Amino acid sequence: MTHTPTAARTAARPAERRRTSTSKRKQRTAAYLFILPFFLVFLTMLVVPLFYSGWLSFFESKLIGGEQFAGLANYVRALGDSAFWGSLLRVLAFLLIQVPIMLILALCFALALDSGRARGSRTVRLLIFMPYAVPAVVATLMWGYLYGPDFGPIAQIARAVGLGTPEFLTPGNILGSMMNIVTWEFIGYNMIIMYAALRSIPAELYEAAEIDGAGQFRVAWSVKIPAIRPAIMLTVIFSIIGSFQLFNEPSLLNTIAPDAITNSFMPNYYAYNLAFINQELNYAAAIAFLLGLLIAIVSYIVQLSEQRRERRERRLS
Amino acid sequence: MTDLDTRAAVTIDTPNYRPPHGRRGRPRPYSASKRRSTLLTVLLWLCVLYFVLPLWWLFVSSTKDTSALFSTFGLWFGPDFSLWDNLVDLFTTRGGLFVRWIGNTVFYALTAAVGATLLSAMAGYAFAKFDFPGKKVLFSITLGAVMIPLTALALPTYLLFAQAGLTDTPWAIIVPSLVSPFGVYLMRVYAADAIDDSLLEAARVDGSGEFRTFWQVGFRLLGPGLVTVFLFSLVGTWNNYFLPLIMLNSSDLYPLTVGLAQIQAAASAGGGSQAAFSTVITGSLVTVIPLVIAFLFLQRYWQSGLSTGSVKG
Repeated sequence: MTHTPTAARTAARPAERRRTSTSKRKQRTAAYLFILPFFLVFLTMLVVPLFYSGWLSFFESKLIGGEQFAGLANYVRALGDSAFWGSLLRVLAFLLIQVPIMLILALCFALALDSGRARGSRTVRLLIFMPYAVPAVVATLMWGYLYGPDFGPIAQIARAVGLGTPEFLTPGNILGSMMNIVTWEFIGYNMIIMYAALRSIPAELYEAAEIDGAGQFRVAWSVKIPAIRPAIMLTVIFSIIGSFQLFNEPSLLNTIAPDAITNSFMPNYYAYNLAFINQELNYAAAIAFLLGLLIAIVSYIVQLSEQRRERRERRLS
Repeated sequence: MTDLDTRAAVTIDTPNYRPPHGRRGRPRPYSASKRRSTLLTVLLWLCVLYFVLPLWWLFVSSTKDTSALFSTFGLWFGPDFSLWDNLVDLFTTRGGLFVRWIGNTVFYALTAAVGATLLSAMAGYAFAKFDFPGKKVLFSITLGAVMIPLTALALPTYLLFAQAGLTDTPWAIIVPSLVSPFGVYLMRVYAADAIDDSLLEAARVDGSGEFRTFWQVGFRLLGPGLVTVFLFSLVGTWNNYFLPLIMLNSSDLYPLTVGLAQIQAAASAGGGSQAAFSTVITGSLVTVIPLVIAFLFLQRYWQSGLSTGSVKG
């Protein structure tokens, strides 16, 4: 049965091949033309700056002699820069505290909405997502006022019940306050990604479990969460990248609470201040480059460990 | 199996949307017997307060004059409703600069979003529907770029733009915003599912050129995917603060984000000039509203677009 069509095709081949090869070539040209505009911008706006940043980081600008090759001096300086390490520690705090809280809450909301047991879940979904549409600048300004001791409603309520004025904007508390702002902004976005993945699980997968008498929590834990693992990983990676890049929140909180936010509060904000306030472009480039490297490494490790885990589970089952 | 499933889901989704419950076309025979849980409902709605109250505060506060801002309870209206006065203040101070910022923001965001969507759609379509040497490498490079911190690129980009004499022009905001690696990824996934190869073959047999086929066949079928990429680029540019902050010097060119931050800085530095607080608050409200409306009205598109992306992600 497999023979006849092959034989027929071989017979017709010469003419056909010529036709397909010219049309293939045309298609190939078309494909390159389709991707050309994107890659032109990609090259000039992403690849070139990336290499330029790497290039800059190997130089030093001296008062006498201008730009001079400095080898790894900027990197050595960065590794011994306690301000840089301090900012990385605060990112670490974000990764260990804020990201898990945000993603677990997002997952809980997604599961609760997907279970279809709450009234008005469509509206709930939109309202939780809404902060994502709010620019980070506005979100930070708004929360800055909400935290404020003068006309912030939180302080008003706390004073009314006799708790005194809570201090959100002191150097000791500002990191937590910032975590709250970022959580508020991004729970909805992460929830939508997880929810969309939950909706596409084939129903048979968990209805069987439900018939067997498994409760909602059991179904969520052993069927739904494993099924949307790729989506959860996507949100983890995005959150890691986002934490390293925090800029708007520290930058605007700085105008609200200048004493609490140092110019090296977050690494990205530090690089900005180095470049545009201190005019230390080369050192700033080194910091930015290190930051990019760090993000790539951390995301890679996370992905790798996930792949390992997957392989291990496959072996077990 | 999941492959087929998504494809089916997408083809059901694309032509005309159905509400989420029947959306996947998957039977949910047990949903009828499911009990609504009052506990869950109450809990969820309590959580919603956390997300909504800050925005409610923003709205309420923009209806107050500055003295009421300090003297009345933040989460309820004051004695006077001064929203209109605040708006008039906002739009007329400094020669109507705020109106200009709105115009700038709309212009930057729309141009960048249209451009980014077009570029992503073309590239994603080519990746999904053509075979060409280097396809794999180019696509992995694109995906890898999702990892590059865009803000870390801002500094060298600024220097390059400065050398080209393009800082402090709209180009400096629009051109960098045209790159959307995630958009290309999303369009590829979407095009692979939504555009049938046989349609393209039929168009080729009819003698239609590849570009005409893309415009007339491909583009139409990409609808929800296009809206998703468009909307997220729109929000990305609209909300961008870092790039315009470093690229622009003249306040005539500022978008809303940088403008607002500037008024805020002036307000807190001025200390005594309390009038500025209600300007910042009302300005924030005005900045937020268009995007919230865009998301509400286009939700059926972006939700189905995002689901395609995350399922394959």
